[in-house]
Amino acid sequence: MSALKIVVVGNGMVGHHYVQTLADSTIEADITVIGGEPRPAYDRVHLSEVFDGKTSAELAMTTREHYEEISVDAHFGDFVAKIDRQAKQVITEGGQVFAYDKLVLATGSYPFIPPIPGYDQEHCLAYRTIDDLGEIKASAKGKKIGVVVGGGLLGLECANALKNLGLEAHVVEFAPGLMGVQLDDGGSVMLRRKIEALGVKVHTSKATQKITQGDQLRLKMEFADDTELETDMIVFSAGIRPYDQLARDADLKVGERGGIEIDYHCRTSDQDIFAIGECAVLGKFIYGLVAPGYRMAEAAVSQLHDNDDQKVSFTGSDMSTKLKLLGVDVGSIGDSKGNAENSRAFVFSDERDEVYKRLNVSADGKKVLGATLVGDCSDYDTLLQYYLNDIDLPDNPEAMILPAVDGAAPTLGADALPMTASICSCHNVTKGDIVQAIDGGCMTVADVKGETSAATGCGGCAALLKNVVDFELESRGMEVNTDICEHFKYTRQDLYTIAQSTQIKSFDELMEKHGAHKDSLGCDICKPAVASIMASLWNDHVLESQHVGLQDTNDTFMANMQKDGTYSVIPRVPGGEILPDQLIALGQVAKDYGLYSKITGGQRVDLFGARMNDLPDIWSALIDAGFETGHGYAKALRTVKSCVGSTWCRYGVQDSVGQAIDLENRYKGLRAPHKFKMAVSGCTRECAEAQSKDVGVIATENGWNLYVCGNGGMKPRHADLFATDLDTETLLKYIDRFLMFYIRTADRLQRTSVWFENLEGGLEYLKDVVINDSLGICEELESQMQHVIDTYQCEWKTAVNDKEKVKRFRQFVNSDQEDSNVIFVEERGQIRPATDVERKRSQLKAVS
Amino acid sequence: MSKQKICHVSDLIPNSGVCALLETSHNKNSEQIAIFYLPTTAEKVFAISNWDPIGEANVLSRGIVGNIEEELVVASPLYKQHFSLRTGQCVEDEIKIKTYPVSIDGENVYLN
Ligand code: SRM
Ligand SMILES: Cc1cc2nc3c(=O)[nH]c(=O)nc-3n(C[C@H](O)[C@H](O)[C@H](O)COP(=O)(O)OP(=O)(O)OC[C@H]3O[C@@H](n4cnc5c(N)ncnc54)[C@H](O)[C@@H]3O)c2cc1C
Ligand code: SF4
Ligand code: FES
Repeated sequence: MSALKIVVVGNGMVGHHYVQTLADSTIEADITVIGGEPRPAYDRVHLSEVFDGKTSAELAMTTREHYEEISVDAHFGDFVAKIDRQAKQVITEGGQVFAYDKLVLATGSYPFIPPIPGYDQEHCLAYRTIDDLGEIKASAKGKKIGVVVGGGLLGLECANALKNLGLEAHVVEFAPGLMGVQLDDGGSVMLRRKIEALGVKVHTSKATQKITQGDQLRLKMEFADDTELETDMIVFSAGIRPYDQLARDADLKVGERGGIEIDYHCRTSDQDIFAIGECAVLGKFIYGLVAPGYRMAEAAVSQLHDNDDQKVSFTGSDMSTKLKLLGVDVGSIGDSKGNAENSRAFVFSDERDEVYKRLNVSADGKKVLGATLVGDCSDYDTLLQYYLNDIDLPDNPEAMILPAVDGAAPTLGADALPMTASICSCHNVTKGDIVQAIDGGCMTVADVKGETSAATGCGGCAALLKNVVDFELESRGMEVNTDICEHFKYTRQDLYTIAQSTQIKSFDELMEKHGAHKDSLGCDICKPAVASIMASLWNDHVLESQHVGLQDTNDTFMANMQKDGTYSVIPRVPGGEILPDQLIALGQVAKDYGLYSKITGGQRVDLFGARMNDLPDIWSALIDAGFETGHGYAKALRTVKSCVGSTWCRYGVQDSVGQAIDLENRYKGLRAPHKFKMAVSGCTRECAEAQSKDVGVIATENGWNLYVCGNGGMKPRHADLFATDLDTETLLKYIDRFLMFYIRTADRLQRTSVWFENLEGGLEYLKDVVINDSLGICEELESQMQHVIDTYQCEWKTAVNDKEKVKRFRQFVNSDQEDSNVIFVEERGQIRPATDVERKRSQLKAVS
Repeated sequence: MSKQKICHVSDLIPNSGVCALLETSHNKNSEQIAIFYLPTTAEKVFAISNWDPIGEANVLSRGIVGNIEEELVVASPLYKQHFSLRTGQCVEDEIKIKTYPVSIDGENVYLN
């Protein structure tokens, strides 16, 4: 049989998911996809993050190149205008014709704009696509007030976007409350309180009758109650309407209130045409979320299998959601308002902390029917699992939503969940899938994430995922052994806390008081880890006698050991800015000691091939020329890379070099669980590659954007945008807190990126800790950082001035000879270590 | 072999290693030995070859010392394999390196 010709109309989130699922399957198909928007599918759910600095490239879910690689014929920027069912082909506005065996409609929906007189003027906009964002931004530029029409989920998100653009945001809602679809009255009132407290003006029960020219501002809205409101712009977010015109014109059945009718197999009234996503209606219901859209896509793909066993149906989907709107946690599960006849409600409302929770249970009190949560979603995961898996409630269901008076609230053990329980709804990962991944060898949450994609969508399931993984590992007797090594039955974080709280200042004391056997020596795992903890906490010189034996050789000799036992020397060059005389001095030292010199990837110079016994003299010379140690050998700050910035560059908006130098001088010498790197770029062109660093700073017109937890290296990770438009003082405060929190809680040798991937609660949690001080530790973190900054010393300077320390660098304790195994040859005018063959040859020569 | 003085106790570094040159009759065949000083153990001093046969460099005196259960070991600073200080046996591999009988007498360290 020849390959099926599949044509997909629409390349939104769901259309793309269909294409990818089909391409990944065993079904032989020639796939064509036609998207009306000028770009391939992107993540519409996170659209508003573009206002926080995300680029449209970062939202992309695929690329033209990717489609080419998987042999998908993709066309963008051309709408399908007509379906010819007889000829089995579609025709685009641009006149292209594509024949199909099976057609898939994934046209999504468009924002409903109520036909209020005056709605079609300039600065009356919609909010659905990347292009819409551009228009909103342009319209908001330099203006004061923006109105969103519609107080639903999208409307509130849009209000947040306007607020981020610096406008005074107003929400105008026709109904008496906000988010009327998801929330009951109590929840809606609490949400309003919280949102108003954030400075968003809320107007409910307002029917707009006319939009006219404003007197002071651009536009004026006139309401039915004779009030009016002036504004610079209006964004409509009053609901969505399915794109079903194509289907109507082709005489496919459509729903009473729009939407292309489908059956459980996602087939329309024509057996060869499917409809999926937001354009489809199943039993009067349009599913306006991505997860159900994805399930439809998968169901529709499965219909192409010959074998009935492989076909799956779409019979509806859970519409529970958990979101953060303007920073407010909102959750809605199942029958959230308690509409069902026998529903019994428990309601908890706390007007001081502004928390509202409602739990609807069956008449016998045994099952969860639904819930509403505003201001605190910590119970969401547990309640959702009870709801989805029909688990029996405890005798006192109210305990599920009441604040814990003593001890922790009852959470649902991972063991109580059935294998079919959905853990991650974004990627449709069940407990069974996770168990399978662990059977297949996954040992950590990060492994399971990589294998199943769980928790890589909205991230809402991260905590639950961790519970399941931990439980599964433990139940297999693979006790999740987090002990650092055989000598301490503690994690690195535990050891840090112990040392900090009991003021322990040496390895021996820690071993004696807290070691598994108090007379153990320790090993090459725990010794450097403890040395690093001691350094982060107390910041003594690394070569003090109580620390010296703990260090890796690189720290002991404050240089990086090379393969032949010689060392490299990297002086610090803060921000990469260097005086001509310093360049000359570097060259002179390299010449005097016969060192190989190379510019590193970190904007400084590395001198290789130094013999151990020469290190103190080399460093004396460098220190005389004004250099300090660059900590190339330490788990500590490496470099702060800079771009030239506003001083010289025609695009720069801030002095990135100056900022980089200040940061490097502030954090130099700070020991951490692993090395960390920073960079500062002078504008969004990002010449310093800040988004690949543990801490990245990018200049904006108004200050600095801070990015965290990026990584190059073996597993690159794009940094996350952490905060925007900071002044320098706030920037430093956040970095101080961030770094100290990382140092306190990370495992040994865990870069910030890996630490972050394993951090329960993810970015939101980290922001809460660092920005909102949710753990109440920020003052302590800052004062710890201040201590490290105040006690900084150039380790090499201290060492070369201390005879005892210099003694350590003798090659032999009983001879002045040098290591006869260190042999160099010349290449391109510099030295390099001899190869085996060359070495043997030269040793033979020496003997003869 | 007679007792040969290698260095002073003050040349050693507690809980760490140093390197000494063992002069043999012919200077060209001199051997590098790594001497570890562990004051809390019964033996107190240990001597093994300084040559790391896996990393192929004279570096073992610069490794971290420790114990794996009862075994006293040094971890090579190059690729972290462990060598027993008492027997020279490599923990991860079939390789064994040379050990030397060593002792402290008063202020001095001797090879026997
Ligand atoms: C010298 C240099 C390469 C060069 O010739 O340019 C270098 C050399 C080494 N790198 Fe690197 N890295 C150098 C820039 C980088 C960069 C680029 C950058 O910083 O912009 C990266 C990727 C960025 C990143 O780290 O996110 C990089 C990622 C690594 C990694 C992988 C880290 C990871 O998270 O995957 C290692 C291995 C490790 O740290 O465990 C590593 C480890 C090493 C070590 C220390 C390996 C070792 O233990 O012997 C190398 C010895 C340095 C020496 O002897 O002086 N080096 N290394 C660069 C020194 C920069 C500096 O001035 O301090
Ligand atoms: C701001 C915002 C926030 C959201 N937040 C969430 C959330 O938190 N959680 C959640 O689950 N959902 C959320 N949603 C909803 C989610 O984005 C949609 O459910 C999802 O995008 C639907 O996917 P789709 O592919 O069906 O439609 P769309 O993503 O709209 O894609 C349809 C595509 O088809 C194109 N098209 C239409 N007609 C034609 C034609 N004739 N020819 C060619 N192309 C055509 C359209 O231009 C469009 O690109 C949000 C939506 C928005 C706008
Ligand atoms: S990041 Fe911007 S300021 Fe810096 S060099 Fe590049 S273009 Fe210039
Ligand atoms: S539920 Fe969204 S990532 Fe898992």
